[in-house]
Amino acid sequence: MSQFAINLLFVGASFALYIGIAIWARAGSTKEFYVAGGGVHPITNGMATAADWMSAASFISMAGLIAAGGYSASTFLMGWTGGYVILAMLLAPYLRKFGKFTVPDFIGDRFYSRTARVIAVVCLIVASVTYVIGQMTGAGVAFSRFLEVPSNVGIWIAAAIVFLYAVFGGMKGITYTQVAQYVVLIIAYTIPAVFIALQLTGNPIPMFGMFSTHTESGIPLLQKLDEVVRALGFQDYTGDASSKLNMLLLTLSLMIGTAGLPHVIIRFFTVPKVADARWSAGWALVFIALLYLTAPAVASMARLNLMTTIYPEMSGQVQDYEAAANNPIRYEDRPEWIRSWEETGLITFTDHNNDGRIQFYNDANPDFAETEATRGWAGNELVVNNDIMVLANPEIANLPPWVIGLIAAGGIAAALSTAAGLLLAISSAISHDLIKKTINPAITEKGEMRAARISMGGAILLATYLGLNPPGFAAQTVALAFGIAAATLFPVLMMGIFSTRMNSAGAVSGMLAGLVTTLLYLFTYLGWFFIPGTNMLANTPENWLFGISPLGFGPVGALANFVVAFVVSRATAPPPIEIQQLVESVRYPKGAGLAVDH
Amino acid sequence: MADDHTNAATNAAAYWRANLRLIIGCMIVWAFVSYGCAILFRPLLSGIPIGGTDLGFWFAQQGSILTFIGLIFFYAWRMNRIDRKFGLGE
Repeated sequence: MSQFAINLLFVGASFALYIGIAIWARAGSTKEFYVAGGGVHPITNGMATAADWMSAASFISMAGLIAAGGYSASTFLMGWTGGYVILAMLLAPYLRKFGKFTVPDFIGDRFYSRTARVIAVVCLIVASVTYVIGQMTGAGVAFSRFLEVPSNVGIWIAAAIVFLYAVFGGMKGITYTQVAQYVVLIIAYTIPAVFIALQLTGNPIPMFGMFSTHTESGIPLLQKLDEVVRALGFQDYTGDASSKLNMLLLTLSLMIGTAGLPHVIIRFFTVPKVADARWSAGWALVFIALLYLTAPAVASMARLNLMTTIYPEMSGQVQDYEAAANNPIRYEDRPEWIRSWEETGLITFTDHNNDGRIQFYNDANPDFAETEATRGWAGNELVVNNDIMVLANPEIANLPPWVIGLIAAGGIAAALSTAAGLLLAISSAISHDLIKKTINPAITEKGEMRAARISMGGAILLATYLGLNPPGFAAQTVALAFGIAAATLFPVLMMGIFSTRMNSAGAVSGMLAGLVTTLLYLFTYLGWFFIPGTNMLANTPENWLFGISPLGFGPVGALANFVVAFVVSRATAPPPIEIQQLVESVRYPKGAGLAVDH
Repeated sequence: MADDHTNAATNAAAYWRANLRLIIGCMIVWAFVSYGCAILFRPLLSGIPIGGTDLGFWFAQQGSILTFIGLIFFYAWRMNRIDRKFGLGE
């Protein structure tokens, strides 16, 4: 059977499973559509949250970014897990006690204001659509590879499938489907990692393997990797970060963004009790950590395998890296996986010095220019898109075809599950918070469902269009979405819970301050509405305000949000007494009913 | 009646203080392992080797994640006890 047929079989079988579950658990009423009847066990909920959470960014893109960035890309690992600590302690239990369906619902009621609700909807939509752009990029890579089409075509196919999939069921369908998706994606991520860890280190557990001895060279794997990349002018894999400030800010942005993202928070409305909301966050992180502890191993091993594929003489005990560096493989002898990724346009080769060999190195390093000249190299010849690393990893390591089919199914599961959860959050914000609660309270249940589906379609079209020329690799685009959530929704949720004094004027001006400063900063460097070519300044460190990268701007926006909200609230009247009592009551678990529609 | 009401209010305030104390303790550990050990204090930990690199690198890629899991379960367990102690659980 050809690789194409095997891929199709694995992806097809996993789809049949999800669709089967979606039909079996089909949502009947609007309530089930949003929160699955409020009765999901913490472990089940944790697993579904993990699937919801781990998107194309985590599965497809993150390890590739770590492979390229080494130590400084650890921000993604810490940022996307550390947010759960904030969720478990500062948000989930209280929001569960409050007992509302959606984030704008909470903000609208807590700040007794229609304006606050509408602005929360706007913030939610901006963050979620940005997030979906990242999913489309990642899903596009997966579809283009396994259907063997160019990456643009892959994105449109992904869009069609996500749309069909997301309108099919509501939350309940999604909760149980997502449990299945979690199982598929974790198996798909782990199996190739185990094989590769065994090949390289003899240790079957990837998270330990990355700190063990590299069998072929007899030295620790990470030390070997440092030596190899150093010989090619790259920064040491384990070397320290060039900007600790950006590392801190990006980590913080991802952490507080996690706690402000509506599709994750909505998960904690679906557990039966307040105590379960705390346990749920813990279980979610356990299931997430299974992938996140493997990801750094995948990253380091994929990088080493990629380098030694191009420079075979670097793989064993190397006395002379100079000689090994001068003997990369010939382009005509390149392995099959390079050929197939070339067809998607995600790997490109240009023979700058016309020697028929692949020189793959860091040509942007000024300290390496001399070595470059001595070796007769005329520029880096192989451009490898970071987003392909995880999917290409089994092929690079020569694993059997079924493993490659499995990883295609896993990557698509990751992208689909998150895109569906986000689209649900977007559609419920529009149909429930905007239309039913603000514009047309008399709308029928049927009309509300129809509005939900139309807004899903609109969001997918917009995200797909922007996903064709994304503002970054999948994980970077998703990091921008986190920055937006961190700067807008997180501060008002926190103040809504912890400050009885915070009033509607403060919340409204805070959200606006966070949203406007963050978007202005992002659009200045990445283009208006992320449309390429419309940026006012080049996105380079010299142009950044105080050297802060757009990826790490979230906490600055959050600070603006907090300060403005504080000042405005002190200058205006305190909230009504019943709101202050409401904030008090949210602090105590006693008396939490089911999530109610009111 | 007035006494009962005051007692309930004092009890609730004590519960909230206990919760905040626990949260602050956990958040200090949370910040220490991630922003501290993994990023800012990495140069200080560079003398402790671990599998071809140093302890700071391990905290950045694995150690902080493991600590986060421990923290959440510790918090959930302690909070459930605090809920019961103050009679404010469900």
